[in-house]
Amino acid sequence: MKNWPLWEVFIRSKNGLEHRHCGSLHASDATMALENARDVYTRRMEGVSIWVVPSAQITASNPEDSAELFDPAKDKAYRHPTFYELPDELKHM
Amino acid sequence: MSEHEVKNLEEIFDARIARDEKIEPKDWMPEKYRQTHIRQISQHAHSEIVGMLPEGNWITRAPSLKRKVALLAKIQDEAGHGLYLYSACETLGISREELYDQLHSGKAKYSSIFNYPTLTWADMGAIGWLVDGAAIINQVPLTTTSFGPYARAMVRVCKEESFHQRQGFQIMMTLAEGTPEQKEMAQDALNRWWFPSLMMLGPTDAASVHTEQSMKWKLKRKTNDELRQQFVDQTVPQAHMIGLTIPDPTLKFNEETKHYEFGELDWDEFWQVVKGHGPCNKERISARVNAWNNGKWVRDAAMAYAEKQANKEVKQAI
Ligand SMILES: [Fe+2]
Ligand SMILES: [Fe+2]
Repeated sequence: MKNWPLWEVFIRSKNGLEHRHCGSLHASDATMALENARDVYTRRMEGVSIWVVPSAQITASNPEDSAELFDPAKDKAYRHPTFYELPDELKHM
Repeated sequence: MSEHEVKNLEEIFDARIARDEKIEPKDWMPEKYRQTHIRQISQHAHSEIVGMLPEGNWITRAPSLKRKVALLAKIQDEAGHGLYLYSACETLGISREELYDQLHSGKAKYSSIFNYPTLTWADMGAIGWLVDGAAIINQVPLTTTSFGPYARAMVRVCKEESFHQRQGFQIMMTLAEGTPEQKEMAQDALNRWWFPSLMMLGPTDAASVHTEQSMKWKLKRKTNDELRQQFVDQTVPQAHMIGLTIPDPTLKFNEETKHYEFGELDWDEFWQVVKGHGPCNKERISARVNAWNNGKWVRDAAMAYAEKQANKEVKQAI
């Protein structure tokens, strides 16, 4: 018989905050994954909402491609407010 | 990849760690880094899991409901710690099955301390106070180790450990303040757990093979002897506070160094236990193997049910 698949667990610690990845676990199906996530990752009120996602369903970028993915943003200082030099008299902008 | 290219990558890798950058699972890493981490993280996970057994022995015999819920919660935390760590270890490309297999076959090690028996209720106090106490000293520096998933798991673990130690110390304190028999029970537990707890922090620096490499990778931030000294310095005054005696007649405070000096440890005993000849090694492993084997039909049934449900959904979709 097959082993229980791996699930990634995301927890929202309180309303107003995003779900954050906190680890993974094995479970036979989504319902069990939620129950296990409750027991493993929220024993002390760490969460108000849980997402579980089959790990196999996640497509991740490859660290080897980091340069071509992320370097293009490096030389675009004009995307930041500090790029624009304005007179000191100008307040609140 | 040529040898030269690997050498190059290794230099970049070491420099990243030296700059306090974290290594994440999909990053390139030297094979030795991967293997060392699999070994250390899995040993750590196994220790959490096997560590539930000596304490599980006393759940049904806890002296009050309050003590029972606390002990249950503590043991459940240890299960959680094992699971955080197994999941961190699996990011390095080893499966849970393989990890269990290494534990069950005796190929993997776990902390030698869990091969000692828990003879009285006071042992629940001594374990929380001393064993979890030593574990905390070992684990806190690991919250800043170089491998991201391990560091994150250790942050969660450390947040939970402090309750373990406090509930243990409170058990010892209560017994020590109780009847002469109760105090005697607390002293007896301290006598039996003191030296194994000191040795739990690992062989002396002189006998330790992995230290230098582990220091470089931040898998270790202090040597075993430094950790042991820290443990002794912190624990001796706690024992005095509750009127218990450390079972080491040579123990004395050095006014100059401000450290406690303690006697020789029985490293022959330590290595005997590590090699499988401790009082409970066989019992611990067979309990794990039985739990795994006897649970097989449950795991299979759950998987069969999940597959059946998934097939139903597919059929309905058509
Ligand atoms: Fe633990
Ligand atoms: Fe603990």
